[in-house]
Parts: sequence; C-alpha cells; structure tokens
Amino acid sequence: MSWLGAVPFLSYVFLFLLLPTGIVVFGAFAGTGGPTMANVKALGDGYVVDAFVHSFVLSAVSALIGAVVGGLLAYAIATGKKDGLLRRVSTSACGVLAQFGGVTLAFAFIATIGGEGFITVWLRTHGLDIYANGVWLYQLNGLTLVYTYFQIPLMVLVFLPALDGIRPQWREAASSLGGSTWEYWRHVAIPLLTPAFLGATLLLFANAFSAYATAAALINQGGIIVPLQISTALSSEVILGRENFGKALALGMIVVVTVVMSLYALLQRRAARWLK
Amino acid sequence: MAEVSTARRGVNARSRRRLNVVRGVIFVVLGLFFLVPLYSMAEFTTRGAGAQAHRSLDAWRAIVSYPDLTRALLISLELAAITSIALLALLLPTLVWVRLRLPRLRRVIEFLCLLPLAIPAIVLVVGLAPIYLWVTYFFGDSSLTLAFAYAVLVLPYASRALDAGLSAIDVATLSEAARSLGAGWPTVIFRVIVPNMSGALLNAGLLSVALVLGEFTIASLLNYTNLQVAINMLGRENAGVSIAVALGSLLFAFVLLVAISVVGARRHGARTVEEG
Repeated sequence: MSWLGAVPFLSYVFLFLLLPTGIVVFGAFAGTGGPTMANVKALGDGYVVDAFVHSFVLSAVSALIGAVVGGLLAYAIATGKKDGLLRRVSTSACGVLAQFGGVTLAFAFIATIGGEGFITVWLRTHGLDIYANGVWLYQLNGLTLVYTYFQIPLMVLVFLPALDGIRPQWREAASSLGGSTWEYWRHVAIPLLTPAFLGATLLLFANAFSAYATAAALINQGGIIVPLQISTALSSEVILGRENFGKALALGMIVVVTVVMSLYALLQRRAARWLK
Repeated sequence: MAEVSTARRGVNARSRRRLNVVRGVIFVVLGLFFLVPLYSMAEFTTRGAGAQAHRSLDAWRAIVSYPDLTRALLISLELAAITSIALLALLLPTLVWVRLRLPRLRRVIEFLCLLPLAIPAIVLVVGLAPIYLWVTYFFGDSSLTLAFAYAVLVLPYASRALDAGLSAIDVATLSEAARSLGAGWPTVIFRVIVPNMSGALLNAGLLSVALVLGEFTIASLLNYTNLQVAINMLGRENAGVSIAVALGSLLFAFVLLVAISVVGARRHGARTVEEG
C-alpha cells in the first residue's frame, strides 16, 4: 500500500499539469462534430506562418546575442578570483536579472528608450534622435533588444559551470607540449566547450520562444509573435469552426519547445562527459 | 633555463594584463547595459511636472491613492504565501516518501517535476482555461485560486532545491532512527526532516515567492487580477506611478533573491556536500 503516499502529489500534477497539456494536444484536433484537422491546417495561414517566423527569428537572434555576449561575460567572471567579491556580486546579479522578465522589464525599457525615456531624452538634447526612422521599440527589433536583457544573465548562469570545468592543468599540459595559446583554444578548450555552448544557446532559444509577458506589455495590438496570437485566440470572439485554434497554436509551440529541449538534453549529456 | 622561465613569465604577465583590460571593458560595458534601465526607471518616476521642474516623489506617493493597485499587491502577497506553503506541504512528504518507500517511482516524479520547464506558461494557460471553469465552480472566482496553477510553475525550482536539501542529509537513517523510537510519519517529517533542511526549505519558499510576485501570463489570460496585471493596466493611465510600483516590486524581488544566494552560500560553507 506504500504507493498511496504518492497519490496526493500525482493527482495534483495530473489535474493541473498533465490534464491541461492533454487538453491542448487533443483539443487541437477536436471540432464541434468530432475529430478535425481544420485547426491544425489553419496554422498554414499566412499571418500564422508569419507569427511563427517572427517568433523563430526573435528567439534565434536574442539567443545568439545572449550566448555570445553572455559567454564573454561568463569568461570574464571565470578568469577572476574564485571566491572574489566581483564574482559573487555578478553571479547573484545574473541570478536576479535572468528571472527579471515580464511587465517590469517592458516598463524598464519604456523608461529608458521609450518616447520620453531617459536615454531618448538625453540623446535628443544632444541632437540625436534614435527614432528618426520610426519608433522601433514596440516592434520586433525592440523586442529583441529587450529580450537580451534576460538572455545574457541566463547564459552566464548556464555556461559558467562549463567554464569552471576547464582545468588549468589542461592548459599547462598543452603548453608543456609546446602548444601556443591559440593551439590550446583551437584543439582543447573550444572542442570541449562547444557542446555546452550550443546547449546553452538552445536553452536561451526555448526561453525566448516561451516568453509572453514582456511582449504583451510592450506591444498592445497585433499578434506579431506566436504567444501574442494565442492570447488573441483566447480572448477574442471565436470564429465558427475554429473554436480550438488557440490549442493548435499552443500545440505548435509545444512541438518547437520539445524539439529544442530534447536537443539541449542531448548536448548537455555530451558536455557532461568532460566537464564535471 | 632561468632566462627562458623569466621570459616565459614576462609573456604570461603581459597576457594576464591584456586579459584584465578585456575583462574590465566587458564588466563596465555590460554593467552599464544592465544598470541604465534600472536608473532610468528611478529617473522616470522622480520627474516633476513641466520641463524645468525639480525632482519629486509624487509618483511614489500616488501609489497609495490607487486602491486597485494596493488590493492587487495584497492578492499577490497572499498568493505567494499560499503557493509556497501549499507546494512545500505537498512536495516535501512526497519526495521523502518516494526516496524511502517508492524508489521505482523516483524517475517518474523527477520527470513530472521538471516537465513544466518544457511547457511554457502561455501554452499551459490554454489547457487550464477549461479546468478553471471547474475550479471556479468548486472554489469561487477569487484570484487566490491561481495558487493551483502557480504551484505547477514553481514545481521545477522548488523540487530542485528540496532535492538538493534531501541529498545532503541521510533521510533513510534519520527516519529509521525516529521510527524505531516510536515516531509516526508526521513526526518524522516535521520534527526530524524539516529542521534538518531548513535552508533548502527557505530557498524553495523564497524562489516560489519571487516567481509568484512576477507572474503575469496566467493571471492575465484567465482574467484574474494580480500585481503584474494591475501594473500593466495602470501603465496605460499613469506611466509614472506604474513604473514606480514596477521598480518597487523589482527591488523587493531583488532583496528576496539576494537572500536566497546568501542562504545558499552559508549552507554551502557549513557543509561540504555535493549539491545539484
């Protein structure tokens, strides 16, 4: 009878995690009169494809910027003193900033580079108008910039352990065999770090792809990315025969995130081989 | 030989100096990138009316004159408390029980705990919408029912913290000792296990609080009001006040998360155990 002890937890997880997921997955194929492909087919509509492409570009670009810049920052932290103040402050700051998303982040950027933002006004008094070619903060470009604000710290958190796993002995071994710094990086460090770096980039991609609150607070109308489309599908009048269109969109997101996260898990395992 | 090694050390010192310059540049540039938006929020909320006005705290003082806002803040605080306590009460006994009596279930539970990471909140909310019709039917339409959904969001982070805490103590020996002295399972959990992992519990609780205070997606799409939803609504009416509240809640979350890292550091220093 010992399995009874797990029943409360399992039933809670079933009701509020597995059942909602099931509702999305099966609901995507449900119509009023029985199973239908109409909702899933509607994913091929021009504006939906556009939203997926936008989401993909936004996630990929912000993940790449986050991975490269965050990787550099992680390297700067890793090459410092192990228990130094700088390292402690910057890793806790990254822990906070990686969680910092949503409405607050959108408002922070409105206060910074919005129409009356601090930087905008300061640059304007110095004769520079960042919005000379139109206000880009509330578009895909602006969203990409805002997303890097939480992507960079997340990269530091994920990538720092990999950098710490690089042992100084390997460098000494390389140089005692006559290898130059370049050769050490080319043949030792980079091959070792590549799986961890790619894995972290994928995690960043999934992170940006799933984000909703920041975009919702920044962009008031038009579903330019998939999460905003889902919100429109949930809150607007249902088109007849497409009652479950929101579920089809959500299913599309599950597929993308699952593929990305599986690749991440795979690369993580590969990375763990050396960097313990 | 001596000459070679001095020359070598000279090269090392020079490359070390160059590295430190690069590190300095990285820290300064990224430090500015992360600090300027925060400073801009403070600047934005202390602007006086008119072009040449002095700094004023009017926006901060006005917070209390928005009853919707203070009500929403209270709801978010209550939600944070309910979510973290309910989740810990459900999760800790389950994790202990599974470790002791159901090792075969351990993989399953671990998978279920991490699953929310692969299902974005914006997807989960699509499946939760029909379930919340039932929740409303049974528990009324109070915003506090959001705790059911929030516990799922917090699950991966809380379970990781608790798992680390449980790995650090010898659960089997402790509970066998207590049981052989006649203790029942509630006594084992609350008087033996809990006091031995207060650090991990605090960690999990604070993480839950920080996450719940920042949550927007689910509340907004299920048409409930919490702090972030209220801030977002107010943003259209009075940007100054809503940015002030956003900055305030951010600073609060910052204090919480720094507290976590302090707790974590102290625990890490106290014992030399491996943590996840």
